[in-house]
Amino acid sequence: MKTEQDYIKDLTEIRSIMERSTKFLTLTGWAGIMIGIYALAGAYIGYKLSYFDNNADVYNNIVTTEKPAIILNLFLLAIGILILSLGTAIFLSYKKSKKTGDSLWNAAARRLVINMAIPLVTGGLFILILYSKGLIGLIAPVSLIFYGMALLNGSKFTFEEYKYLGIIEIMLGLLASLFIGYGLLFWIIGFGVMHIVYGIYMHLRYEK
Amino acid sequence: MKAILDSLNKAFESRVRLGIMSALAVNNSLDFSALKEYLDVTDGNLASHLKALEKEEYVVMKKSFVGRKPNTSFYITMLGKKAFEEHLTALEKLIKSQK
Repeated sequence: MKTEQDYIKDLTEIRSIMERSTKFLTLTGWAGIMIGIYALAGAYIGYKLSYFDNNADVYNNIVTTEKPAIILNLFLLAIGILILSLGTAIFLSYKKSKKTGDSLWNAAARRLVINMAIPLVTGGLFILILYSKGLIGLIAPVSLIFYGMALLNGSKFTFEEYKYLGIIEIMLGLLASLFIGYGLLFWIIGFGVMHIVYGIYMHLRYEK
Repeated sequence: MKAILDSLNKAFESRVRLGIMSALAVNNSLDFSALKEYLDVTDGNLASHLKALEKEEYVVMKKSFVGRKPNTSFYITMLGKKAFEEHLTALEKLIKSQK
């Protein structure tokens, strides 16, 4: 005969399995902090490389051929930061999964990746199209908006807090599209500061 | 009190079976190794509990091939989902009644 305690334990176990089998919980706060730092460093290098702060690169101005070398450098820089960020997040998750005994690449991880990849790839392609049409000023807002959408979509399969980070990124992206000349500033807030703030929050909340 | 106890499903007495049902209730399908990982049980133990649930027609097994490797995945049936939900409701009532 089971006791009341047993039934309560049953319920706790059910809850835990439902969560563990649908959510990817090996993301770490440290990854967020590191990604934020990379983004800030990248923004600084990018600023040094060139900052065209003219509102001229706004919606209707189609000038692309002016600074192809700089644009290529910025593009390589962005790709570099992306790879570094992904690498750090995967590495830290791998370390955490070793500690908790969960496997890294489980059904929940696959779902998270697929659900984030669709908006991210869409956004990436859209940015390439914007670039090819010379709408460079829109790249920062569009990257923030699509990243926010990816977080919002992925948050169902990991910590729920990422939903709010996603909404913040979307709002920053919309604001950035109103103030085109300040793209880099919004980029710094969205990808740099917000990641660090969120990373610290997640670290204190779940890893202390 | 007695009535509530009776409404608890005997098939879910074991915690492993409850675990299997919980995991399958929130996933379309899971393969054997994923279930094993979530529940932290041995192959033989998991297989025998799965077989018992299959016999009740609460879960179904589907064999397929991933490349050349055989892959066994499990789904919850409509009947299984209903039984599991009823069991949860009964557990809830039981705990409430003792408060």
